[in-house]
Amino acid sequence: MSETPTYIGFEEYSEHVPASIPSAVQQATSRFVSGRAARVAELPQWEELRQIGSDIRQHTIENMDVYLTRLEEKVKSAGGHVHWAETAEDANRIVLQIAKEHNVKMAVKSKSMATEEIGLNHFLEAAGIEAIETDLGEYIIQLAGTGPSHIIVPAVHLKKEEIAALFSEKLEINAPTDPIELARIAREILREKFLNAEMGISGGNFLVAETGTLVMVTNEGNGRMCTTMPNLHVAVVGIDKVIPDWESLTVFLKLLARSATGQKLSTYTQFITGPRRTEGEFGPKEFHLVLLDNGRSKILKDPVGRDVLKCIRCGACANVCPVYKNVGGFAYGSFISGPIGAILSPQMLGTQTARELPYASTLCGACADVCPVKIPIPTILLHLRRRVAQGDEFAPPTASVPIRLTASLASFSLAQNWLYRFGTRLLPLLMSIFKRGDWIPSAPYPLSRWTKARPLPSFTAGFRQWWKMRSAKRKEASQ
Amino acid sequence: MSKAQLFITCLGDQFYTSTLQNMTNILELLGIELVFPPEQTCCGQPLFNNGFEDKTRAVALNFIRAFGKSNAPIVGPSGSCVSMVKHHYPSLFKDGTPEHVLAMDIASRIFEFTEYLVNVLKVTDIGAVYPHKVTYHASCHYLREMGLKTEAKTLLNSIKGLEFISLKEEETCCGFGGAFTVTFPEVSRSMMENKVRDILASGADTVITCEPGCLMNVAGGLHKAGSKIRAMHIIDLLASK
Repeated sequence: MSETPTYIGFEEYSEHVPASIPSAVQQATSRFVSGRAARVAELPQWEELRQIGSDIRQHTIENMDVYLTRLEEKVKSAGGHVHWAETAEDANRIVLQIAKEHNVKMAVKSKSMATEEIGLNHFLEAAGIEAIETDLGEYIIQLAGTGPSHIIVPAVHLKKEEIAALFSEKLEINAPTDPIELARIAREILREKFLNAEMGISGGNFLVAETGTLVMVTNEGNGRMCTTMPNLHVAVVGIDKVIPDWESLTVFLKLLARSATGQKLSTYTQFITGPRRTEGEFGPKEFHLVLLDNGRSKILKDPVGRDVLKCIRCGACANVCPVYKNVGGFAYGSFISGPIGAILSPQMLGTQTARELPYASTLCGACADVCPVKIPIPTILLHLRRRVAQGDEFAPPTASVPIRLTASLASFSLAQNWLYRFGTRLLPLLMSIFKRGDWIPSAPYPLSRWTKARPLPSFTAGFRQWWKMRSAKRKEASQ
Repeated sequence: MSKAQLFITCLGDQFYTSTLQNMTNILELLGIELVFPPEQTCCGQPLFNNGFEDKTRAVALNFIRAFGKSNAPIVGPSGSCVSMVKHHYPSLFKDGTPEHVLAMDIASRIFEFTEYLVNVLKVTDIGAVYPHKVTYHASCHYLREMGLKTEAKTLLNSIKGLEFISLKEEETCCGFGGAFTVTFPEVSRSMMENKVRDILASGADTVITCEPGCLMNVAGGLHKAGSKIRAMHIIDLLASK
């Protein structure tokens, strides 16, 4: 799997969403939404907790250099190695270099958005190293040869029947549709991989600067196997994952699982501080932390857009997003989808490549309501739309010429009220030829894009005239 | 007698003549002396929401001039348009400029219709009668930007004969989103169809919203689905006797 998906554009994809995707996605996300709501209702101090979480993340991204320096020092003093990767290519090369130094033939991976971001599996495979995903969802999409379509449930777009068919085809077995049975098949295959892999690769949910601790929040136990069975553990983590200390970690552990899966706490919460210190201890002999920038420090320079880096990757915004739920994650054309993807990808890939994404929202605001660290997603969407439409200090405008001309024309005619009023009288006449009863079932372009889904009400535009006549009558009566 | 200025919104202006007439009648019945500034056009939200902040300014200035002639409160039948004026106009102009001062003034005295009725006039019952099963779609900007969570329901509760049925996913967007409907028509359609599905399943014969945009979308969707369920602006329901 894990080619970084090719960006094809939201609009193009959204016109051909496979019918199975929205129903699979809606089924899964509605479970998360009700689970989250139940957990939130149990905590009367939830809103206070969100505010504290937001404040800590804000403070951290504003002082990232301080915490990253502390983190590096602490990881090193715990016996770990720290590598700085400015780009995705740098990160891939660093991991490959470590693998080569240890004669690695096979690596087992726990679920990681950072390695999806850099396309690590593909890179390692090209160099002859097998990289096996061991999270069930990731294992499924690796077999399918696609990227993830949800932050925490990468195979959310697939139903159990599709997964069974995939297992049957790729593993050359006769796989049943029972999810427990499917998990058993995967577990049996993966057990073998855990025992033979020379390297474990993980991401990380948080990096605690205070002690140089990598925190992993998982549910399947595979994360533990990846980070303890092989003698070598390499963690690839975005620099935005740093948090100040253990006290702040308690806040995020309360927020994360509740927001993500509706759990109070995930099944496994691992704290990894360096490699094993003595032969008797558990864990790998060597621990490497690859700190990934890949555009993050550039995003930090934008005082509005940088709030995206507060994200703790819970996926709650996608679960409540009516757009996401109708198109699925692949529509976002990148490793990260949903509302958070719509504000991250245009900043990472640029508004030339991802210029449609800031518009892939009705600005309904449901995402901001549930974000555990209060990222103002609609505000950032608007900020990025301004970057696309009119350009800003970070990028020139990328909106098409017809769109910009339309906007200029609209601005002119809405600002000159005589022209608007003239149009208001003209439109009902022009549109009357398309009228069928009270409705306009099909209108000319661009309104045809409206009427292909539902009719347009007919243009009545009668209020101004009514008001005028009424005022005249009243004047007459009072004289 | 207290005064108010009518902000009819561009969608109201084009499509909802009778709703605007009902709004006028209701407010006058409550003893409000109404002014209608004919220079008003659109609030500029379609430009603003599409990223053309620079091109929104001229439209906003037209609005500010039109409603600046009187210092009476401004009332409109849309939480979305009112929110644009209330929450975004001040950000369009630099602090300290005369335009900013005017925008702040206008923002401080604009109200959405149900907000004006329930929170300003303190009126919750205007004697409407509507013996039907009614469900309600909470519009996004009305609900989240304006924070109007209870006003519409308070008004619905006072209507005689009305049986309220709550809508599944009441607070989920209907897929309108302004230009979104023509930018991503397929996505807008799926969202609208989900909303229509929930309305059909509710068992109500009438669905109410406080937003002309959602109304166009939902009413059109119900019509396309061949449903007899009536989609109405809350103003038209309040005018039922």
